[in-house]
Amino acid sequence: MFHWLEKNPFYFAAAISIVISFAGLIEIVPNFAQSGKPLVGMKPRTVLELAGKNVYMKDNCMACHSQMIRPFKSETDRYGDYSLSGEYAFDRPFLWGSKRTGPDLHRIGNYRTTDWHEAHMLNPPKIVPGSIMPAYDHQFENEADLETAYAEAVTVKNVFHTPYGPAFHRGQEAWDAHKSKVLEDAKKIAADMKDERVKAMIAEGKVPEVVALIAYMNSLK
Amino acid sequence: MQSNAALEYDYSLAKKFTFLTILFGFLGMLVGTLIAAQMAFPELNYLLGEYGTFSRLRPIHTNTVVFGFTVSGIFATWFYLGQRVLKVSMAESKFLMVLGNIQFWLYFIGALLATISLLFGVSSSKEYAQYEWPFDIVVVIIWVLWGVNMMGLIGIRREKALYISVWYYLACFLGIAMLYLFNNMAIPTYFVSGGLGSPLHSVSMYAGTNDALVQWWYGHNAVAFGFTVPIVGMIYYFLPKESGQAIYSYKLSLLSFWGLMFVYLWAGSHHLLWSTVPDWMQTMGSAFSVVLILPSWGSAINMLLTMKGEWNQLTDNPLIKFMVLASTFYMLSTIEGPIQAIRSVNAIAHFTDWIPGHVHDGVLGWVVFMIMASIFHMAPRMFKREIYSKKLMESQFWLQTTAVVLYFTSMWIAGITQGMMWRAVDEYGNLMYSFIDTVTVLHPYYAIRALSGVMYLIGFIMFAYNIYKTMTSGKELTEEPQFRTPMA
Repeated sequence: MFHWLEKNPFYFAAAISIVISFAGLIEIVPNFAQSGKPLVGMKPRTVLELAGKNVYMKDNCMACHSQMIRPFKSETDRYGDYSLSGEYAFDRPFLWGSKRTGPDLHRIGNYRTTDWHEAHMLNPPKIVPGSIMPAYDHQFENEADLETAYAEAVTVKNVFHTPYGPAFHRGQEAWDAHKSKVLEDAKKIAADMKDERVKAMIAEGKVPEVVALIAYMNSLK
Repeated sequence: MQSNAALEYDYSLAKKFTFLTILFGFLGMLVGTLIAAQMAFPELNYLLGEYGTFSRLRPIHTNTVVFGFTVSGIFATWFYLGQRVLKVSMAESKFLMVLGNIQFWLYFIGALLATISLLFGVSSSKEYAQYEWPFDIVVVIIWVLWGVNMMGLIGIRREKALYISVWYYLACFLGIAMLYLFNNMAIPTYFVSGGLGSPLHSVSMYAGTNDALVQWWYGHNAVAFGFTVPIVGMIYYFLPKESGQAIYSYKLSLLSFWGLMFVYLWAGSHHLLWSTVPDWMQTMGSAFSVVLILPSWGSAINMLLTMKGEWNQLTDNPLIKFMVLASTFYMLSTIEGPIQAIRSVNAIAHFTDWIPGHVHDGVLGWVVFMIMASIFHMAPRMFKREIYSKKLMESQFWLQTTAVVLYFTSMWIAGITQGMMWRAVDEYGNLMYSFIDTVTVLHPYYAIRALSGVMYLIGFIMFAYNIYKTMTSGKELTEEPQFRTPMA
């Protein structure tokens, strides 16, 4: 049979395709619906938090931070309750990470505050002596992309039926209407911050990346 | 009718992709060395402002070495050995040549743009699949072009039976195509939301635990079909060619090939041990990882036994050294992986530096060594000149071998130290170390790793220089060397 296959490339390729598809079909498909269920009563992220998640992705925080607390006493002591599948049901993509150069962040919102994050993002070794994390000063100057975050919320609502409620409509008008709510959320975060650049931007109706990021951090509980 | 006259093979595409292999190899390793140094000396994060942090640069390192260096190496070797084992010249088909050239330019431009996009933080955040959707489409087009080219060449072949290397290249094409397509399924938000926000942004088709499963089914098997399968294809061609020895066992090749095809893909879920994916999937991933030793070692042992009775070549041909060391590192890496996939070991190893340590003894020792050896073997045949310097090749070999050993030993120690410290408790059961203690303790190992990166990079520059001098001023050859590569 093998000799025959080796002279018939079409069937050879077909044989490879069949042999390599098994694993994915058997491992991924059966539990797909089950694994996609959210926890009861869980709410999707606000637009500001989504914008913060996108900052997290843009600056690739997951290169050094995980969001997956494993069911060991040493981890639950350090980070809080172990992670549940349903908690991630609205995360597209998942941001578990694969390396902990820094600590896990899945429940960081339980034990760090806005002003802690502000000071830390400006100068990590000052807050945590010995830290090798770089400062993310540019997040205090770059404007967060709120419109894309809103577009994301509308997309997941329409395509995946993520429960965003009736207000999230397509198009510019709907976004303009929703924007004030996002700015309001941002103001609440910024009220706990000291940085002059942040205050100036908020006063102009703009949201710096760091504010969105902190909103996201605070939502990780 | 089969003619016995030697064919004139057309190496123009193989040459072009060889240049890209060297270019992307250098860039990828340069960035890799920089980010390794950043972990030891954090001040180095501020060289390029917002664009120079470890977090931004890391995907550039991984994607450049995977999709830049390795994939160019796969293309370069395919456009060289594909013709030879199928006994047909690329020049016989204008269509395939044009297709190949389109593939080359699209790939070159696409790779540069995609790299720039990562620098600006345009990323879908799935590891080794960070490119956003427009770049994904370009990747798919390039891949399909290559597939059509390969199938086309197979279609007009004179040698009816496909040589082992061709099996592996075919599998590489099919496997990556399947994995890449499914993992990168995403919905661009711009179009669904009625033209809001960035047109580049997308959301993954899968969420949470499912997304993780699909991602690591991809992530692990991108390694399988990018870093293992085609590289095995290379060694099946280049080792017999260089040594003049026939492959030791056809049956072992069969077992290893089909075994690898079937087993490899199950192992992806070992990246998710102790996570929220269902337990039975974790167990499957773990068990199949251990089974995976068989086909992996099957190939490696087949290679080593091919050298049976000819081990003297190891002492006087540095190219044989490169290839034998590559298969040895392949064995090391494929026993280390299954060990890490055992649940209790994984509990310590996961999230630590042992994982990059494992990756790098595989890629630096196996993938890069084998690709460089392939290029060393091809260069005199493509450029019709002798290798410029054997001495330089020897020194490069020892420098880089030392570098790999420094890399993985330091990361083993770092990883296990960190894993043990995270879980250490005092006599009352309280955690003994705060997180930062487990970071500062790693400084010496990070420094050693950075040093090993510098050494490896210097070795790669020596390689590039050697190839450049071979092209420009190596002694001209009047006829193609049969086995052993001539070198001055």
